Amino acid sequence: MNRIRRITDILVNVWMRAGLYLLLAIPVLIGVGLYWKAAPIIGGHSLSDLLFSRQWFPMKGEFGFMPFIYSSAYVTVLAFILSAPLCLFAAIYLTQFGKHRLLQVMLPVIDILAGIPSVVYGVWGVLVIVPAVAKYVVPLFGVVSSGYSLLAGGVVLAVMCIPYMLNMLIEVFQTIPVGMKEASLSLGATHWEMVKHVIIRKGFPGILSAFGLGIAKAFGETIAVLMVVGNTLDISVSPFSPGYPLPALIANNYGEMMSIPDYDSALMFAALLLFVIILVINLFFRYFIHKTEKI
Amino acid sequence: MRTWKVWEQRLVKGISFLAAYSVIFILLFLLFVVFSKGLKALSWGTVFSLPKGGYYFGGEGGILNAIVGSFYLSVGATVLAVIIGVPAALFINVQLIRLKRTQNTIRYLLDALWGIPSIVYGAFGFALMLLLGLHASLLAGIITVALLITPILVRAFDEVLKTIPVELQEASFSLGSTKTETALRVIFKQGLAGFITALLLAFGRGIGDAASVLFTAGYTDNIPVTLDEPVATLPLSIFFQLSSPIEEVRERAYAAAVVLTFFILLISVSARFLSKRYAKNIIK
Amino acid sequence: MITYPVFSYQKAKKPQRMVNHQEKQTPIIEVKGLNVRTREGEILKNINLQIPRNKIVVLLGPSGCGKTTLLKSLNRLTDLHKELQVSGEVLIDGVDILKVSRDLPIMRQKMGLLSQRPFPLPVSIYRNVAYGLKLKGIRSKDLIAHSVESNLKRVGLWDEVKNRLNSPANSLSIGQQQRLCLARGLAVKPAIILADEPTSALDPISTKIIENLFKELKEHYTIILVTHVLRQAVRLADHVVFMYYGDIIEQGHPDDILKRPQTEVLKKYLVDGN
Repeated sequence: MNRIRRITDILVNVWMRAGLYLLLAIPVLIGVGLYWKAAPIIGGHSLSDLLFSRQWFPMKGEFGFMPFIYSSAYVTVLAFILSAPLCLFAAIYLTQFGKHRLLQVMLPVIDILAGIPSVVYGVWGVLVIVPAVAKYVVPLFGVVSSGYSLLAGGVVLAVMCIPYMLNMLIEVFQTIPVGMKEASLSLGATHWEMVKHVIIRKGFPGILSAFGLGIAKAFGETIAVLMVVGNTLDISVSPFSPGYPLPALIANNYGEMMSIPDYDSALMFAALLLFVIILVINLFFRYFIHKTEKI
Repeated sequence: MRTWKVWEQRLVKGISFLAAYSVIFILLFLLFVVFSKGLKALSWGTVFSLPKGGYYFGGEGGILNAIVGSFYLSVGATVLAVIIGVPAALFINVQLIRLKRTQNTIRYLLDALWGIPSIVYGAFGFALMLLLGLHASLLAGIITVALLITPILVRAFDEVLKTIPVELQEASFSLGSTKTETALRVIFKQGLAGFITALLLAFGRGIGDAASVLFTAGYTDNIPVTLDEPVATLPLSIFFQLSSPIEEVRERAYAAAVVLTFFILLISVSARFLSKRYAKNIIK
Repeated sequence: MITYPVFSYQKAKKPQRMVNHQEKQTPIIEVKGLNVRTREGEILKNINLQIPRNKIVVLLGPSGCGKTTLLKSLNRLTDLHKELQVSGEVLIDGVDILKVSRDLPIMRQKMGLLSQRPFPLPVSIYRNVAYGLKLKGIRSKDLIAHSVESNLKRVGLWDEVKNRLNSPANSLSIGQQQRLCLARGLAVKPAIILADEPTSALDPISTKIIENLFKELKEHYTIILVTHVLRQAVRLADHVVFMYYGDIIEQGHPDDILKRPQTEVLKKYLVDGN
């Protein structure tokens, strides 16, 4: 081997290694970086105070994240309740009961819709969901609301999650071996019994993972929710009152936080919180998928 | 067959039919609303001019700053992601080919990274920016978006690379190629279709993402000339204009939403088309 | 409409079929003008075939000739592949399975399926065998337990699994799984066994066990066996059907067909196959 070839070989090798290590270092860097910026507030307050206190007065140095965590959890759960059953049944229909052609058309469509930016979903939410909540839903319950509410946030998130979860569910259902379906049918199962006993049971880890990853996505979504949720500090049971999820807190206040001491650190803490929660959910459910893929 | 079995099956079929078609309806409805609202507001002037005086109070001008800005930002981030990501993906599939466990662990970590919300990248990018002594600028935006899209690019490329048979590499080694030569000449060529798909996927994510550039790229009415100038992006231009109380400004947000959606659709469709075209040269 | 009276289970010990002479001679399956096609082309072209009772009928032919598709058309598992268009008639005991709708599960229970690779359902060994019985609506625990035991004994699996009936079925070896699948199929008391290269994934010993079981079973069952192992066809077949590109080329007794082939295609296949 001549010298030029050997040198290129070494250089390219170094480059490849560097790329991979840098990539794998990203989560570590994010974790460390956010922790470093959030350190002042973690040092100055107890963790349980930060997580469970409802007192949010940055001017007085009181940072209780409870209202934000509450809002985040509220819209996420709402989005999950609205979208998960819909996606599950739609995936069953598309892969099991529907015409072959429908699935072939829908697969690329779902794939493309999953790539539409969240700000577009937000625009749709402002145009459709917010007025619909204010005009049609709220009067039914005899309350007053601008429409910018937890409910609107939940609905927009649900719609955003649909292509994402549907995609994963269809993939899960398509990996179930035909032979197993044949076995169930040949033993006298009706089509639905086959779906129940084979598709759903065999695909159960996959279904759970799709749901889990959908929840994680909803929990971290920023712009679309920010646009419709109202952004008011409040802990309310009613879906018609506005909320203020964690990502919206970060996004809304970054410009103005420099003047208040510890405020930027508090926002970094919020980002760290999101990062940790979502990374844990992702690692957990991805592990499920990786386990089942190998079988 | 028992009657209740028939009814149970009919009920489930009915429910799932409704679910499938309501999903289709909702998604079509979404596109319809965005397009019908936006196309009305769309004009040559909106797309091809910069904001002029009094623009944010309903004055003359357009969103060219955001369109070009988004393009600059996403191209820069994609280039950076390619520089980091492509060698990493090749490394996973050439050097680590015998280490299945390591490969799977890396894929697992990258998949998990894919799920991290962009606001977290945004916050981290901001911290990084302060550390490096940058201010909100095209460069800071490019770095942040690159962090966001590199895992996506790598995993999408890797999905195709991992289907290339090991024998092909062995054949290349037996002809006297080194590992890196094999990676660049054989594996990269075989995975070209996957590379293009991955590239466009990452580019699309870069164009569409708002939360990561919110504090890192800034916002401006001009088209940036150097890397350290702030830059406007389409998602943020939609976001800012939509919160305006003035109807004309909101109209432009709808127009910008159509432009953005159109770009994303164009990118997705061409990714599908190109990956099919290039797939023809691949040894199965 | 075909009904399976539950009380027939009490006779499960002695699986003897009370058939009169007349019935014995009519074919149990009659395929008339069966066509299966996809958008790309035809898989089966106008198949006409009669399958006699209590015989082992072997479908022979090169891979991709439509053997498996023909087998799966018999109990309409082609439904699972929505891109397939099926037309013609498949009469099982005189009833066209392609035309029934709500009785399809009952029709399918007349045919046990053994596929290329064993596919145990994702439940325990016990519940795999009990699965078909529960689908039939049998609730009696004793009856089910009895059937599970007798069918596992019949395939020679009982002694191997009796202490771990509740462990998952995929913890068994491939050979054991295939026998489990056979026991599971037999438990619903079919009249026909459809076997699609059932030994292709198995080791020689498990293959031997399955082949011997088939020889015993043909006394009470009609067995349709897809294979491309010529020697297996010779060992087992009472009747051989040779298929080539979606057509039936020749059929008849194995001594005639395999020793004195009439067509060039079959001659060539027999030479290459050995």
